[in-house]
Amino acid sequence: MSMSQAPLIPAPGETRRRPLVVMRSVSKTFSSGTLALSDMSLTVEGGEFVSLLGPSGCGKSTALRIIAGLGDVSTGTIDWPSSRINSKGLPEGDISFVFQEPTLMPWQTVFGNVYLPLKLRGVSKSAAREEIMKTLATVGLQDFADAYPRELSGGMKMRVSIARALVTKPKLLLMDEPFAALDEITRQKLNDDVLRLWRETGITVIFVTHSVFESAYLSNRIVVMKARPGRVHADFPLVTSLERDARYRTSEEYRQACEKVSTMLIEAIGGEEH
Amino acid sequence: MADTDTALVPPKPGFLSRNRDTLLRTLVPICVVVCLVLLWQFIITVNSIPQYILPGPLAVANSLYNDWGTLSPALWVTTQITMQALALALIGGVGIAVFLIQSKWIETAFYPITVILQVTPIVAIAPLILIYAPTTQVALLICAFLVAFFPILSNMVQGLKSVDHNLLNLFDLYGASRWQTLLYLKLPSSLPYFMTGLRIGGGLALIAAVVAEFAAGSAGAGSGLAFRLLESQYRLNIPRLFAALILLSLLGVVIFAITSFISWFFLHRWHESSLKREN
Repeated sequence: MSMSQAPLIPAPGETRRRPLVVMRSVSKTFSSGTLALSDMSLTVEGGEFVSLLGPSGCGKSTALRIIAGLGDVSTGTIDWPSSRINSKGLPEGDISFVFQEPTLMPWQTVFGNVYLPLKLRGVSKSAAREEIMKTLATVGLQDFADAYPRELSGGMKMRVSIARALVTKPKLLLMDEPFAALDEITRQKLNDDVLRLWRETGITVIFVTHSVFESAYLSNRIVVMKARPGRVHADFPLVTSLERDARYRTSEEYRQACEKVSTMLIEAIGGEEH
Repeated sequence: MADTDTALVPPKPGFLSRNRDTLLRTLVPICVVVCLVLLWQFIITVNSIPQYILPGPLAVANSLYNDWGTLSPALWVTTQITMQALALALIGGVGIAVFLIQSKWIETAFYPITVILQVTPIVAIAPLILIYAPTTQVALLICAFLVAFFPILSNMVQGLKSVDHNLLNLFDLYGASRWQTLLYLKLPSSLPYFMTGLRIGGGLALIAAVVAEFAAGSAGAGSGLAFRLLESQYRLNIPRLFAALILLSLLGVVIFAITSFISWFFLHRWHESSLKREN
């Protein structure tokens, strides 16, 4: 079912090719009896930008949550070959999660929200200040440190959420349809931001989306999933010689990539029994 | 950094128009009260109603002034009982709420007991409490506490359980301890619920302090405003009864104002309930 090809990564250093997370035959059955994920295997290497794409109910969010350690697997294993593991079997400091909603604490300022992961690790506010301001600057919010979430637009709230995820310098960034609720213009801007951060930090990203265009624009590897039960339908690299920017959006290569992804998605949906 | 915030906040309305609004909001209710008092005095004078049936506002003011020596210690006693009961109810309510949410089993086991305590009419257990409590003051305190405690408890339990699930997930993801999750997430996020409990509990504490004193029937030096009310009624000193009543109302208003201010102070920067709609 899954075509586990070694993905082609543009110009990686040696460390970027080591497997970061390995899912082996993972299944997940909810307490209601629903089989959300069936026999999913996925190896993600350092520095990859992987999109999990599929119709609703295909288990892409479930897969992401399982990788994050939010909920156990029913069968199968998840390994972290290049991380130190804590008592729960998780590489705690190495993962960050961005939810579909910004999920900010409304009673805290932007600064306080970004400080949270460091506060939970026992880092003092003064020691964390420099790192927080630097991270806020990377998402363009250095001037809004003292603002409360309610004073920000939807896109800005999402940027705070991304800053909070990056402030711990994780190896793996998990994003669960982070921009689905935003308007098209804001979404494109944030897509470019995420790409820039990915290039600059060398972070690994697993990005759940239901948008063909978003996945084709962002990722260098796409995993198309099928629903009922959730499983991998196709897994292929997406290589381009072009810089991914505004020009790429109108290029022939992008059009072809979209077409390929779209075909795969239609296949995945068509294979369902209704 | 602070000046950039203003870029997002809409420009504030002019000083005059803002003040006119506040001025109107204060003046209109005051005018209404003054008119009602005048009407009251007018009716008394025109119909020449005797004082022992319905005293006029002048007679009440007179009594308030002359009987201040009797009324002020009583006011102080009632204030103390109300405040102590409210403080105990806050500590107890929050403490027990935190205890109840620790596990489903604890909640199943103990919540019914707190409900039973709440639904039992307080006047009905007041005589019992009087027997067991060492002094009347303690009995009054227990009564007022029992009444004020429950709204705080139930609001807190509700608040502690209404935490955003994704924020809980986030805390799990970062390996937060139980203590950290309580301190940094559950308690702050249930603050609006706590404030609702505080406002309801503050009002109820005063009511319960009065009702308990009616039931307890305490007398002498340690008696509160409720006893002075009853006493004035027995002696047909109706102006003093009204004076005591006014003091009780004022106390209630002050408690309401203080709890509302506390609520505003802690929530106005972030919570929807304290925000003006921007349309």
